[in-house]
Amino acid sequence: MAHPSQLGFQDAASPVMEELLHFHDHALMIVFLISTFVLYIIVAMVTTNLTNKFILDSQEIEIIWTLLPAVILILIALPSLRILYLMDEINNPHLTIKAMGHQWYWSYEYTDYEDLGFDSYMIFTQDLTPGQFRLLEVDHRMVVPMESPIRALISAEDVLHSWAVPSLGVKMDAVPGRLNQTAFIASRPGIFYGQCSEICGANHSFMPIVVEAVPLVHFENWSSLMLEDA
Amino acid sequence: MSDAVQEKIKNYRTAPFDARFPNTNQTRNCFQNYLDFHRCNKVLSAKDQDTTPCDWYRRVYKSLCPISWVQKWDDQIEAGSFPGKI
Repeated sequence: MAHPSQLGFQDAASPVMEELLHFHDHALMIVFLISTFVLYIIVAMVTTNLTNKFILDSQEIEIIWTLLPAVILILIALPSLRILYLMDEINNPHLTIKAMGHQWYWSYEYTDYEDLGFDSYMIFTQDLTPGQFRLLEVDHRMVVPMESPIRALISAEDVLHSWAVPSLGVKMDAVPGRLNQTAFIASRPGIFYGQCSEICGANHSFMPIVVEAVPLVHFENWSSLMLEDA
Repeated sequence: MSDAVQEKIKNYRTAPFDARFPNTNQTRNCFQNYLDFHRCNKVLSAKDQDTTPCDWYRRVYKSLCPISWVQKWDDQIEAGSFPGKI
C-alpha cells in the first residue's frame, strides 16, 4: 500500500510491476541527467563575465547534439517496447476471476469450478480495528493463489469504474456490457491494496480493492469456506 | 474422439487462450461460448445423441461470463426473447 509522503512506486508484487519499476528508474535517471546538465549550462551562461561575439557555425557540436539525443531516445525506446510486448504475452492462466464494479462496491466471481460470488464493501472508518488502513480495507478480500498466472475479467454493472492494484501493476477499466481481460502473477504472498480509478459517483473514493495472495492450499481452504457460507 | 474431449473436460482448469479472441475485449469470447453451448445442445439433442461434448462450452462460458449476464440470457431464452441465434 501507499505510505505517507511516498515519492516512488509501491513495492512490486508481480514480475510485470518489477519490470515497470526498473524501466521507470532507467528513464527517470536519464531525465535527471539531462535536466542537471541543462541547468548547469544555464547557470554557467548566466554567471559568466566572458563574451564571444565571433562564432558563426560549428559542424562538430551540431553533429553531437543531434546524434546524442537520438541515441538517448533509442536507449529509452528499446526497454519501453520490450516491456510493452512483455505485458501482452500470451499466458496460460490457472484461474479466472471476474471483478464486477457496482455503485459503490466490487463483487468477485470465481466460477471455474463452482459458482462462488461475493461482494466486497469498504470497511467504514469507525469500524476499523487497530492496525487496519483507513479507506482501504474491505470486508471480503479477493483471495488468489500466489505464483499462479491469474486471468482477471473486469466489467461493471452500472457506470464506468476501474480496477487498479498498483503493486501488481494492474489497471483495467470496468465498462458496462464489456468484458476486459488483464492478467497478473502475485510473486509473493501478501495483501495488496488499490482503489477505484474511474469517477463513478458519490462514493467513488470509497470502493477499494484488496487482493490477498496466499499459497494454493490456503486458497483452496478459503474457497471451500466461502462456498459453504454462501 | 469423444475420449479426447472427455479428457480435456476432466483436466479443465480454466478457459484456455482462444486465438479467435486475442485482445483485451473478451465480451465476444464469453458470448460465443454461451451460444456454442446452446447450439451444441440443440443439435445433439435433436439427433438423440449424448450431449457430453457440449460440456466444454459450458465450462468455458461459466468461467468467462459474469453470473448476471448468464442469468439474464437464461431468462431471455426461457421467455423466447434471446437476441442470439440458437
